[in-house]
Amino acid sequence: MTATAMVDVRGVHKSFGRLEVLRGVDLQAAPGSVTVVLGPSGSGKSTLLRAINHLEKLDRGTVSVDGELIGYRRSGGRLYELKEREVLRQRTRLGFVFQNFNLFPHLTVLENLTEAPVSALGKSRAEARATALELLARVGLADKAEEYPRRLSGGQQQRVAIARALALEPKVLLFDEPTSALDPELVGEVLDVIRDLAAAGTTMIVVTHEIGFAREVADTVVFMDGGVVVEQGPPEAVLDHPQHERTRAFLSKVL
Amino acid sequence: MTTTAPAQTAGPRTGPPGDAGLPVVPARHPWRWAAGAAALVLVAQFLHGLATNPGWDWPTFRVYFATGTILQAVGTTLRLTFWATLLGFALGAVVAALRLSRSAILQTIGWTYVWAFRSIPLIVQLVFWFNLSYLYRRFGLGVPFGPVLWEFDTVHVLGAFGAAVLGLALHQAAYAAEIIRAGVIAVDTGQLEAAAALGIPRLRQARRIVLPQAMRGILPNAANEIVSLFKATSVVYVMAIGELFYQVQVVYGRTGRVVPLLMVATAWYVLLTTLLSIGQFWVERHFARGADRTPPPGPLRRARDLVRRITDDRLSPSGGPR
Repeated sequence: MTATAMVDVRGVHKSFGRLEVLRGVDLQAAPGSVTVVLGPSGSGKSTLLRAINHLEKLDRGTVSVDGELIGYRRSGGRLYELKEREVLRQRTRLGFVFQNFNLFPHLTVLENLTEAPVSALGKSRAEARATALELLARVGLADKAEEYPRRLSGGQQQRVAIARALALEPKVLLFDEPTSALDPELVGEVLDVIRDLAAAGTTMIVVTHEIGFAREVADTVVFMDGGVVVEQGPPEAVLDHPQHERTRAFLSKVL
Repeated sequence: MTTTAPAQTAGPRTGPPGDAGLPVVPARHPWRWAAGAAALVLVAQFLHGLATNPGWDWPTFRVYFATGTILQAVGTTLRLTFWATLLGFALGAVVAALRLSRSAILQTIGWTYVWAFRSIPLIVQLVFWFNLSYLYRRFGLGVPFGPVLWEFDTVHVLGAFGAAVLGLALHQAAYAAEIIRAGVIAVDTGQLEAAAALGIPRLRQARRIVLPQAMRGILPNAANEIVSLFKATSVVYVMAIGELFYQVQVVYGRTGRVVPLLMVATAWYVLLTTLLSIGQFWVERHFARGADRTPPPGPLRRARDLVRRITDDRLSPSGGPR
């Protein structure tokens, strides 16, 4: 599995000041697989996700996506930090969906979707626009292209954010608690979109608290606590027959 | 409590059915009216004094308000404001970029600039620039600490007007830098993260994502600065430049009519500041797009709505406010 992993995280350490948030994390995600990361708050799951697309620099360890080292270049037994420009280019291969959507409020929905394809990938405006309209239709928001994000509901905004990430045709989609900022009745529409993407064979790593979603969609469930992966495996194994005491304690609280 | 609570919630439903249709009598505020009336009397007294007190000397005001020399002086004031604003904010943007850069050396240079030019009073600085040719007779361009390639006299390049613009602009840049920096750091960090996560190039992030959002915070303060700069140009009278305040002094020095000529200057400053404020409204409106769910109506629209409300009230059968 490791030889063909789409995302390959090895021995990742990360500290903020004296607080060690990630203490040697290993994670492999196969192409087309859905990995759901669970864990109590402060367990380092969001930091791990941000480390994968190099929004956080690593203290130790490596992240590779589709065989390409992220944020560094390996040469003569050393890792050389990449220039920002190269990191930005690498990030276009990784879609990231934030908890708070982070749509650009001064741009219309359509402009939110076409900005990166035009300025980062050099696509033509017409081409970017056509792709954007297709994606909006796919997330059920074809009629909102000319709206400003603040005029949309939270669920609609998050669907736009997913479409914006997809506009770069990334190899991997990373979701950082995509439904945590939503009213309960809006969670479903966002999960539906993510479910469709999973069915279409997109490689995804999803940090979430939605256990039901994990059970239904995940190929692999990863349970993190205290900056390490405590347990991982198919959902029925981890969720129904957890091997570790900490996993059991967490699940008993959230189920 | 437990017995009365259900009765209370049931009350409106079982009460007399006519309640919903009862007319509402607005609360009366007699003291509000009394205070308003007293204030109006004071305002009326003041206006009456303006019109009747011969000391204001309105005929002289009328003579000088739009004479050639005064208009020329207004032009000079506007040119000073324009160039000092343009250069001040351009340099201010550079200084703000220095302060926001990731290089500790550049940050320190930016900080030092702001510190220095905020510390020196504008008028001291202006007189200093005016006397620059005493300090440096000639300016040259060349290799640092090496041969000079091109040289010129300071006096020829920097006349009085140039020195004034330079002084105002350098002073303005320190304040502009802080205003721009304040606007930029007020933009949600999530915006930068989203832009970075999408791989948008850095310059493009600044121009397309950060600046338009920072503008909302920058504009009101920047307009304030421009207005205050516009009036601060009156300080350059110390350099004997024929801007508005200097020219007015020249005239009243000759004619002895101080008050009407000060009123001429005041009227021009007020008039032009008003135009600036109107411009500010429209520019701010432009940068507010996407910020509110429903954009606020413009003043024309607001006036139209007001007129319509009043006429509707007149035409409605009850006549009173609804």
